[in-house]
Amino acid sequence: MSATGTRSLVVVSAGLSQPSATRLLADRLSSAVDQHLREASIEPHLEVIELRDHAQDLTNHLLTGFPSPRLKAAIDLVLAADGLIAVTPIFSASYSGLFKMFFDVVERDGFAGKPVLIAATGGTARHSLALEHALRPLFAYLNAAVVATGVYAATEDWGRAGVGADDGLVARIDRAARELAASMAAREPSAPTDLFANPVPFDQLLRSS
Amino acid sequence: MQFGVFSVGDVTTDPTTGRTPSEAERIQAMVTIALKTEEVGLDVFATGEHHNPPFVPSSPTTMLGFIAARTERLILSTATTLITTNDPVKVAEDYAMLQHLADGRVDLMLGRGNMGPVYPWFGQDIRNGIALAYENYALLHRLWREDVVDWTGKFRTPLTGFTSTPRPLDGVPPFVWHGSIRSPEIAEQAAHYGDGFFHNNIFWPKEHVQRMVELYRRRFEHYGHGPADQAIVGLGGQVFMRANSQDAVREFRPYFDHAPVYGGGPSLEQFMAETPLTVGSPQEVIDRTLVFREAVGDYQRQLFLVDHAGLPLATVLEQLDMLGELVVPVLRREFAARRAPNVPEAPLHPRVQAAEAARSAREMA
Repeated sequence: MSATGTRSLVVVSAGLSQPSATRLLADRLSSAVDQHLREASIEPHLEVIELRDHAQDLTNHLLTGFPSPRLKAAIDLVLAADGLIAVTPIFSASYSGLFKMFFDVVERDGFAGKPVLIAATGGTARHSLALEHALRPLFAYLNAAVVATGVYAATEDWGRAGVGADDGLVARIDRAARELAASMAAREPSAPTDLFANPVPFDQLLRSS
Repeated sequence: MQFGVFSVGDVTTDPTTGRTPSEAERIQAMVTIALKTEEVGLDVFATGEHHNPPFVPSSPTTMLGFIAARTERLILSTATTLITTNDPVKVAEDYAMLQHLADGRVDLMLGRGNMGPVYPWFGQDIRNGIALAYENYALLHRLWREDVVDWTGKFRTPLTGFTSTPRPLDGVPPFVWHGSIRSPEIAEQAAHYGDGFFHNNIFWPKEHVQRMVELYRRRFEHYGHGPADQAIVGLGGQVFMRANSQDAVREFRPYFDHAPVYGGGPSLEQFMAETPLTVGSPQEVIDRTLVFREAVGDYQRQLFLVDHAGLPLATVLEQLDMLGELVVPVLRREFAARRAPNVPEAPLHPRVQAAEAARSAREMA
């Protein structure tokens, strides 16, 4: 990696309890990505969005069709992010409802080509494929560039020796973080298109419609 | 500056009594509200257009024609006319006919509608919403300005040698507003044609309304229709008033909490803080409405939503009395005092202008 500059890294955590295993995993992932970016001479700018803080506003947004100022700020962070770490607990064989509610209200266009690391937590390893059958298709629909390694942490993973083991949690975190950092470094910092500042002229709209 | 009301025409159960008006009652209530709008000295009544329950106004020009016959100076308008699923030829004919019957007291606001199945019910595809709004309006615009039209488009059968009748009254087409909550493409369309732009100003925080209006104004100037501050802007708003604001909040809260559009969501207080909804005293409504001008600049039309969510007709008429007696006279004075020179009024048909001039001459004499 030869890129330099700054990149914004946004973490979306759908953990419910405080502290939560989901946030714990999110923090491990973000610090690993942070480290890999710095090794590539990139200054990361980290923001963490705890969806629990926006639970009421998400319901209100679904009912009224517009976000509260606080939720709007969180959505804007995700839209402007150069890289995204999305972490959810696995409930009933899929991402949590809260997690889905958030991604339901972010404009789909904002994800095109955006590097995303998907991760999840669960009580046992039996639901680890939810990453592949639930989270990955969601972000594929959003046209995001999901990195190859998804990280699933079962409760028992936290009590296992991770360092050194090839497929241990720590190793998987590091591999996924390296992939995300590489994708972020390889991509120009994103500037969301502002259709209000730069409107498409009418005749062009007319031709394309 | 024009003041008026716009009605969605919803049939909603009154949550305080459990009573649901019949369609017949609701339609008559809309007419009564329109007549009252003129009686209390407001300028505009605009009806929605919907093609599904629980809404009654599917046929706006029928209702507006009836109201036209029973009023003298009220401007009859829509909020909104569906430019996507209506045939633009029929829109051209219907509103030109209404314009003749109402002696010019007609304008209309175009919108795309927000109920998905209405598109397929009328043979269209919602994914073409913007494209339909563009093509249909381009045709409507020509039908009112060219006596004989040859036309080919994507969405309706071609026309060769077609004349839309009746021709607009005295050759002056009804003024058109384009309404949109969040689509910059529609602000661009309004600016391109030099038409008016209306933001319903109900669901969205002030910043969004500002962005839409600012875009429209900037592009209005870009397309050579005049300076940005002279573009024609209308805003909605919703209010509920009692002499004491505590009484207003207490009485309106059950209607808010059960309203189809926001019930079960944010609290009344949160919604008031984040949107232009004002529930309080007439003075609070005055203060809040004057702030709209600070957000979007001098504007030409203010419509209030007062008759939704199951509010009984008697209560709605009381709201109109308060608007007419306590709120709008003050707003007229205050907006006029603040208005920059050279900011035009919303365009009126020459016959309406002449009638207004004659009326004020009579009042002076």
